[in-house]
Amino acid sequence: MSTPLSGPGSVTQTPGREPAGSPPSRSRPSRSRVTRDDAPITLTGLAGKVLLLGLTAGVAVWAAFPLIAAGMWVGLALLAASTAGLFYLYLTRRHIPAKYLVPGTLFLIAFQVFPVFHTASTAFTNFGDGHRGSKDDAIVAIQSSSVTQVPGSAEYALSIATKGDPVTGPLVFLVTDPGTGAVSVGDTGGLRQLDAADVTVATGGKVTAADGYTVLNFGQASSRSREITDLVVPTAGGALRSSGLSRAYEGKAVRAYEAGCDCVRDTGTGQTWTADEQAGAFVAADGERLAQGWKVNVGLSNFTRVLTDENISGPFLGTLIWNFAFAIGSTGGTFLLGMLIALALHSPRMRGTNLYRVLLVLPYAMPSFAMLLAWRDMFNADFGLINSLFGLDVDWFGQAWTARFAVILVQLWLGYPYMFLVATGALQAIPRELTEATSVDGASPWQSFRAVTLPLLLVALSPLLISSFAFNFNNFNAIYLTTEGAPFPADNPTNGATDLLITYTYRLAFGGQGAQFGFAAAISLFIFAIVAVVSAVSFRRTRQQEEVYA
Amino acid sequence: MTTLNRKTTGRRRSRWFAQVGWRHVVAVLAVLFSLFPIVFVLSAALNPVGTLSTTDLVPTGGVSLGNFGGLFERTAFGRWFLNSLLIAGVASFASVFLSALAAYAFSRMRFRGRRVGLLSLLLIQMFPQFLAIVAIYLIFGTITDLWPSIGFNTPWGLLLLYLGGALGVNTWLMKGFFDTLPRELDESATVDGASHAQVFFRIMLPLVAPILAVAGLLAFIGTINEFLMANVFLTSTDSKTLAVGMYGLLQSNERNNNFGIFAAGTLLTAIPTVLVFQLLQRYIVSGLTAGAVKG
Repeated sequence: MSTPLSGPGSVTQTPGREPAGSPPSRSRPSRSRVTRDDAPITLTGLAGKVLLLGLTAGVAVWAAFPLIAAGMWVGLALLAASTAGLFYLYLTRRHIPAKYLVPGTLFLIAFQVFPVFHTASTAFTNFGDGHRGSKDDAIVAIQSSSVTQVPGSAEYALSIATKGDPVTGPLVFLVTDPGTGAVSVGDTGGLRQLDAADVTVATGGKVTAADGYTVLNFGQASSRSREITDLVVPTAGGALRSSGLSRAYEGKAVRAYEAGCDCVRDTGTGQTWTADEQAGAFVAADGERLAQGWKVNVGLSNFTRVLTDENISGPFLGTLIWNFAFAIGSTGGTFLLGMLIALALHSPRMRGTNLYRVLLVLPYAMPSFAMLLAWRDMFNADFGLINSLFGLDVDWFGQAWTARFAVILVQLWLGYPYMFLVATGALQAIPRELTEATSVDGASPWQSFRAVTLPLLLVALSPLLISSFAFNFNNFNAIYLTTEGAPFPADNPTNGATDLLITYTYRLAFGGQGAQFGFAAAISLFIFAIVAVVSAVSFRRTRQQEEVYA
Repeated sequence: MTTLNRKTTGRRRSRWFAQVGWRHVVAVLAVLFSLFPIVFVLSAALNPVGTLSTTDLVPTGGVSLGNFGGLFERTAFGRWFLNSLLIAGVASFASVFLSALAAYAFSRMRFRGRRVGLLSLLLIQMFPQFLAIVAIYLIFGTITDLWPSIGFNTPWGLLLLYLGGALGVNTWLMKGFFDTLPRELDESATVDGASHAQVFFRIMLPLVAPILAVAGLLAFIGTINEFLMANVFLTSTDSKTLAVGMYGLLQSNERNNNFGIFAAGTLLTAIPTVLVFQLLQRYIVSGLTAGAVKG
């Protein structure tokens, strides 16, 4: 909970309601607006307006061309409408509040509200690896991946290249036709001939350089040999596949789609797989599925899977409970520790508080992502600091409970300076007369703390506690950068002992075992529902509390 | 006489301990807890061997700055640093400005949909942006196809994404501050013929400058530390931010060997934030608590 307050993506604090002071003059008619209509047009105002609207128009035109090229008319219409709307809004003298709200709202709608709806609609599909595109895409993929070399077929000199980073960028084949010497670039979309002026071809036909592409050297290529073997470039007669790292062959598809039976038939063995529109896959009579399917609506099945599939619901429930324990533990722990230290330093007779404070707060100002990684290595079983310092021999991240203890301890370290800071601020706001009065009345320090200081502290800090809880509930970094969810049970490599729902979701969507976007989206919606309920309940409770104490 | 003296000083000492001394004990313990991981990182950064297995709490095998040199030679750290500063700088500035605009409208103007707007901001905040990471990934797949210059592996795409969360971040906090400014100030300016924009830029913004600075700093720290979305977005070496790049340093079998340069990078990353943080600490304390109470 390093920075629970802000930052994109973090749940923010700011619960509450209208401020108690300065009652807004709701009854007063907006006399000011009438006056504003007469306000003179200043030169700077006019220049700023012209500049910004010109910029808007420029961006809109720039954005329009690709939309036209791609034939996305709905997108184009949206773009035109929003640009026209912006022009109207800032040229008219009316709608003043909207002038201030629209800029932020546009971003909010485009990058937060729309993704949420998109998440909701994705949650009802089987979208993911093997179910990415349409049925036609799946058929092309099935046919081209079944390509096998026909004896005597043409062989091409092959270079592997990419447009991006040599380690991660999408791969393409650069092949030279042995007959014509023409160089083509191929990817899963097909083969495209390159201009001879743009490429350098070595003797033997291998391409050594091409404009706009990075040709991978042998080491880079061999480290990605799996991907290279899997890359299939569809061609008119079949498809191109690599054989080794420097040769490619054109082969024929063994499996072919037949429209009559809506099925895929293997010309070698005669086996057929029939299209199943419900599952979005070709299924054989014995239930075997082809790897490439297509995206279909699966209704509620992603949601029911979470609740009814025993392989998922069991671990899911465990993760949920740990998720609550983690959020409560790290919020409560940091609050308690921070408050205790703030109380200890809160004394008029205490010297050196400023120095203490500067040193205490350092963890909060350190980059939390890096410190999480550093802590991970301090818990290293073989040569970590914790084990060597205390003479222990504990495999911290290898056992469920030590791993959980470790991540909470790390959260405590990262988060308590923040709680200390705010508790210090809140303590200073409590008038000293209150506690003095209780001690005159004969109360012990503990009694006066219980009866006066703590309730007042809680009133001041409970909104922050709630937001900190909400932040920690989805504290991705805290887990992903330390344990990555480990330790994993032997029978379930997707759901570890320290996994939060958010890290679990992330692994489903982007993990190594094949993306399950639809399922991950469904879990996102579950998390949203849980967070919303918890926040609603706690807001209501703090409001009551505030009315009692304030 | 002497025994009596000793008794009173003893009693005075124990009274001193009961009232003040224990406070120092607590503070020193807390400082030790706060500092030891930082000392460990410092010692790792100065460790000439530069591996995790040879790093101890106190550098014993000599001190060297070799890790700092190695950091710049062997990795694109400088590039990551610039990327992070650019993204976090622009994102925090723009998001604070956008939320200040909205806070001004919510605080000073009465219009239809105001309550609904404030409430829905609260609601939307509960759905953290990264929960929609799957959808965002898919949406930006399309954007990358259409406009590669704001797609994956560009700082601008990530920036746009961060601005999506701008309104939620600080609007409520700032609205609380705007509310505490007396309305007479801007009303008299309006009577004198100032336009609403002049009131906002010339009167309101200077008055709330401290909270803007604090909100900006917190947004800056938050953006520097943001890992999830940046990790999905930035995969090529040159486009990475510090969080993504330095995470990669400690991957797989390089983990032990790279620890020294990683620690050096951590210290360099910390310098700007620690400095600004110490400068603004006073505002942070008062800003957070005032915002919290007033909501």
